[in-house]
Amino acid sequence: MEEGKLLEMYRTMRLIRLIEQRINDEYKYDEIKTPIHLSIGQEAVAAGVCIHLRKDDYVFGTHRGHALYIAKGGDIRKMIAELYLRKTGCALGRGGSMHLVDTDVGILGFTAIVGGNIPLGTGTALVSKLQNNDRVTVVFFGDGAADEGTFHESLNFAALKKLPVVYVCENNYYAINSHQLARQADDNIYRWAENYGMPGFRIDGNDVMMVSEYARKAIERCRNGAGPTLIECVTYRWKGHIGTVEDVGEGYRPRDEYEYWVSKCPLKWYSDFLKAKGVLTDELLQSIDEEINSLIEEAFEFAQNSPKPSPDELLEYVYAD
Amino acid sequence: MPWTTVQVEKLDNFFIKGDTAGDRVLTYREALHEAFDQALERDPKVFIMGEGVDDIAGVFGTTKGLKEKYGPDRVFDTPIAENSLTGIAAGAAMAGLRPVLIHARMDFMLLSLDQLVNHASKWCYMFGGKVNVPLVVRTISARGWGSGAQHSQCIQGMLMNVPGLKIVAPATPYDAKGLMISAIMDNNPVLFVEHRWLHKTTGHVPEEVYSIPIGRGVIRRKGEDITIVAVSYMLVEALKAAEKLEEAGISAEVVDLRTLKPFDEEILAESVAKTGRLLIADTGCKTGSAASEIAAFAAETVFHFLKSPVKRVCCPDTPTPTSDVLEKAYYPNDVDIFAEAVKLVED
Repeated sequence: MEEGKLLEMYRTMRLIRLIEQRINDEYKYDEIKTPIHLSIGQEAVAAGVCIHLRKDDYVFGTHRGHALYIAKGGDIRKMIAELYLRKTGCALGRGGSMHLVDTDVGILGFTAIVGGNIPLGTGTALVSKLQNNDRVTVVFFGDGAADEGTFHESLNFAALKKLPVVYVCENNYYAINSHQLARQADDNIYRWAENYGMPGFRIDGNDVMMVSEYARKAIERCRNGAGPTLIECVTYRWKGHIGTVEDVGEGYRPRDEYEYWVSKCPLKWYSDFLKAKGVLTDELLQSIDEEINSLIEEAFEFAQNSPKPSPDELLEYVYAD
Repeated sequence: MPWTTVQVEKLDNFFIKGDTAGDRVLTYREALHEAFDQALERDPKVFIMGEGVDDIAGVFGTTKGLKEKYGPDRVFDTPIAENSLTGIAAGAAMAGLRPVLIHARMDFMLLSLDQLVNHASKWCYMFGGKVNVPLVVRTISARGWGSGAQHSQCIQGMLMNVPGLKIVAPATPYDAKGLMISAIMDNNPVLFVEHRWLHKTTGHVPEEVYSIPIGRGVIRRKGEDITIVAVSYMLVEALKAAEKLEEAGISAEVVDLRTLKPFDEEILAESVAKTGRLLIADTGCKTGSAASEIAAFAAETVFHFLKSPVKRVCCPDTPTPTSDVLEKAYYPNDVDIFAEAVKLVED
């Protein structure tokens, strides 16, 4: 991959990390009045996949959607304004953190029903096929979604119709506090692909180079009309399921498990990799951070100074014209 | 011969008078077939999907031959996965196409409520109008010949509680075609509620493409003494009852709302204000039915015009029995409507 792209992936991961940290820090002031689900620790998945997507490709995400929205090129100011439930938000303050949208970059709306986005993304891929264009759809979901019927029903349909869709499972092992093995008989989500008739892979979701490589092949396969792929990216969320809570220690996730994954920080691994390659220097790191911090500052300022919806707008948008 | 067909073929060809001018007579199912044919012809964005839509029976004849005419990309069979197929159709609608998804039984649609209720119906509001879902979900309720508890439900009342979903329930061939065209052209999810016993109903249907505004009802028969609002197939029973009522000296006005959500409040309020009595005949179970909502509307808006209590004529709150004896006791008909109307007027 060319140097510019390598740096772009780094910048995206860093942008996700710093925005998520800022949201985490601001949440205590109670001005972000919507449930938030942070992706700290999982940045490599969205960044590694979206680097290969065009603006007109579709992605479908979940309630934990900030990272994907950012990686796909969603407008940051509108995202933060949405978290503050302002009229200037990407969904005019009607969706909140769990329902991000930016139609300019192929984001047709994220859902907060586990597994609910899998058919929707299968549907946009069906349109690419029916209209004979090479737009690709990527659907992102967690290990919990593999419990749902929609996962199985959609994979079956996509394989049957050879649809240009990539299913990316971000397996962070936990559905709220339930471990994957408390919900599934085995740790083998990627193997469902085989029975449905598509390639399936399990990869290290914290290694952005590996994510990017598998995603590139899967997306190319879609553009060539060869059909869907399932990629299970094994990763880990650092924060609790919701809000800014920590859920590590007694009764929750084991501390040694958490510490192992923090030691596998996707950003640290990747910046070390880029430095060793001579692509990234400390100076460049600093200037990227400065640029990102000023973007974030501007986005929060925009959001905090934006108007809230007025009560007389309550009944608008129930139906489209 | 399939059992439902046996039942439906036994029915009379009930003729709907005065729906429109002209002398071209079609059955309800022929009218629907024509609507699909013309919609597919006119707009390349329209496609039809559902379990068995391209088979030899063609969903009771309503989609027969369309795959041959428009190709397997535009009329195609699906896996038996109602929920995901609804989401797939919704996703296709979000990306700009106009899918028609068919459930040959309304009961099967219950499997799809996550995608219909949590997703398709909420999308416009949840994203501030940024993404529309121009989706038609067509469902058909069966009745009789032992259809039983899982092949005969009429759950339109339950679905009236879903914000963002439009619900149409045409009872005549003219309305079936016009409302199907409207539903396909609409930029929202529209539930098209159909009743198997209407498929043989006949009426005048123009050959040209036309649409009927969603949300507009019609007076099927003018009257002075009582308003009978009839939902879907119950229109046929209501019109039969109105004939008998006239013989008994009672002038019944029969209102067909055609759209259940959002329904024509004006036509209902005006009729009740005139007659002072309201009977609502619905195909579903009584509690939480479309009839309940219509009754509640009347209580809120035209209560002071009412000369007697509002009456709902619905199925009882039981699952549908399969026994032919119990089935006969379960379904209300023109005789029930007649008897209840007489009671209200003589009250």
